[in-house]
Amino acid sequence: MRDELYGEILLDHYRYPRHFGALPNPSVRIEGKNPLCGDEFLIDLNLEGDVLREIRFSGRGCAISMASASMMTELVTGKSVAEIQKWIDRFRNFLRDGGAHRDEVDMGDLQALAGVAHLPVRVKCALIAWTTLEEGIGQRKNEPR
Amino acid sequence: MSLMETTIKANRVLSTVEKLREDFPILKTTVHGKPLVYLDNAATSQRPSQVLAAYCFFCQSHNANVHRGIHTLGEQATDRYEAARRKVAAFIGAPSEKTVVFTRGTTESINLVAYGYARKFLKPGDAVVLTPMEHHANLVPWQIVATTMGANLRFWPMTPEGTLDMSAASDLLQPPVKIVALTHVSNVLGTINPVKEIARRAHAIGAKMLVDGAQAVPHIPVNVADIGCDFYAFSAHKMCGPTGVGALWGREELLDEMDPFMTGGEMIREVWLDHATWNELPYKFEPGTPPIAEAVSMGAAVDYLNHVGMDWLQEHDRQLVNYAMNQLLAEDGVKIFGPQDGRGALISFNVEGVHPHDLATLLDRDGIAVRAGHHCAQPLMRWLGVPATARASFYLYNLPEEIDQLMEGIRRAKEVFAYAR
Repeated sequence: MRDELYGEILLDHYRYPRHFGALPNPSVRIEGKNPLCGDEFLIDLNLEGDVLREIRFSGRGCAISMASASMMTELVTGKSVAEIQKWIDRFRNFLRDGGAHRDEVDMGDLQALAGVAHLPVRVKCALIAWTTLEEGIGQRKNEPR
Repeated sequence: MSLMETTIKANRVLSTVEKLREDFPILKTTVHGKPLVYLDNAATSQRPSQVLAAYCFFCQSHNANVHRGIHTLGEQATDRYEAARRKVAAFIGAPSEKTVVFTRGTTESINLVAYGYARKFLKPGDAVVLTPMEHHANLVPWQIVATTMGANLRFWPMTPEGTLDMSAASDLLQPPVKIVALTHVSNVLGTINPVKEIARRAHAIGAKMLVDGAQAVPHIPVNVADIGCDFYAFSAHKMCGPTGVGALWGREELLDEMDPFMTGGEMIREVWLDHATWNELPYKFEPGTPPIAEAVSMGAAVDYLNHVGMDWLQEHDRQLVNYAMNQLLAEDGVKIFGPQDGRGALISFNVEGVHPHDLATLLDRDGIAVRAGHHCAQPLMRWLGVPATARASFYLYNLPEEIDQLMEGIRRAKEVFAYAR
């Protein structure tokens, strides 16, 4: 049975999350929790200078949070911290308006999460990996070089 | 009972429910274009027209502050507020209405005992017995009080199916246990705890016992004198009443020796610049302007439940839970939490491969309201080994057909999630 929210792309990321697991020597490891639903994520980053070379995530969560995390890892690999922050902000706005006022940028698989914008209680699920990553790259910035 | 008698009885129950449903305007609402199927009654129940009318009538006809004005409305408001207290007291078998304190709800009632009683009488090294199935409202206040007073918390072991292991009672209930605080009916497992026996055993070692009755008072006839506990806490909004009001019943001698929890107007007798004396029971524990119209409506909710009949309601709950339990047990990939028999009007469950939040979202689009999450019982979720569960909870207006719809919704969710396999 097809469902408008739980579509093929979303469920594919849920069933087969990309970059799932841990990195042996991450430069940043950050934990994200949504105590409201019991979702827990661990995100490992390998940053080379300003560029995110590798990312892995592990944990458990609902289909929306898992799929969103999986899509995020595909998108941010190889990008600079500044670009990643731009995507985090873009995705937040996207969840606010369901992509109605988005700029010319192609959201790719993330488009599959547009339906979440109509479910305010689930926006947190879609954002948990992103806010965790945001904290991760922010933490790095504060580290002495 | 013959099959025909059973059928006749079932039909009679059904027609009563259909009549009762007319009292709840919200049941005619639609959600995402589908008729509402409200199965989140353990979170809050819906309110019948009679209760809404009582609220409106009070506001339109008698609204004034209580225990203050000499004027007519003030007197009428006080009369109605106190009449509601008498109704609530009678409903739970309280020996005297002055032992019933209006609070904002169960949470405040428990905090009132934790702060007003435990902070005064607990000594370093004393122990408080709780269970792992407590709602955070009956756990966190005790954590704080225990830390402040240098007391310890002890937890009653549970059997694998989620009932209290009564064989542990003798080891557990020993000095220096001074307080036993536990839920009457678990909001997750549905377990009905043997509060009467536990009260007897707690008293045998000189301990006091508080019962969290939030999930019990709306569903089963409760008599605090028969239970023999010392404190009993509950809320109006789970029993057809409004939010923002609830009650604490306590033994008169204990309430007398307790300190007030909050202070201010109304709860005092005499005030000087540097000190004050306390009002008599129950006003000592009702500082400031209470939720007057809400308390009056709580009285109306009691009237309504008396009109429905708690014995009838108990039987109705039993039939619905059995019906739902049998269907859920027969459904592939559904795991049920809590005991199979002797449970309250709720069932927590998970569907394999479908996170409870996804299930709740999918059900919502079929118009079905269930709860998904940790149900304010995170330690119990850890004990169960799950991050969250789905929960269907029933009340007097629910029909077997609504459980059929729930099952259809569960099957649809399974199909959606099997799609990508």
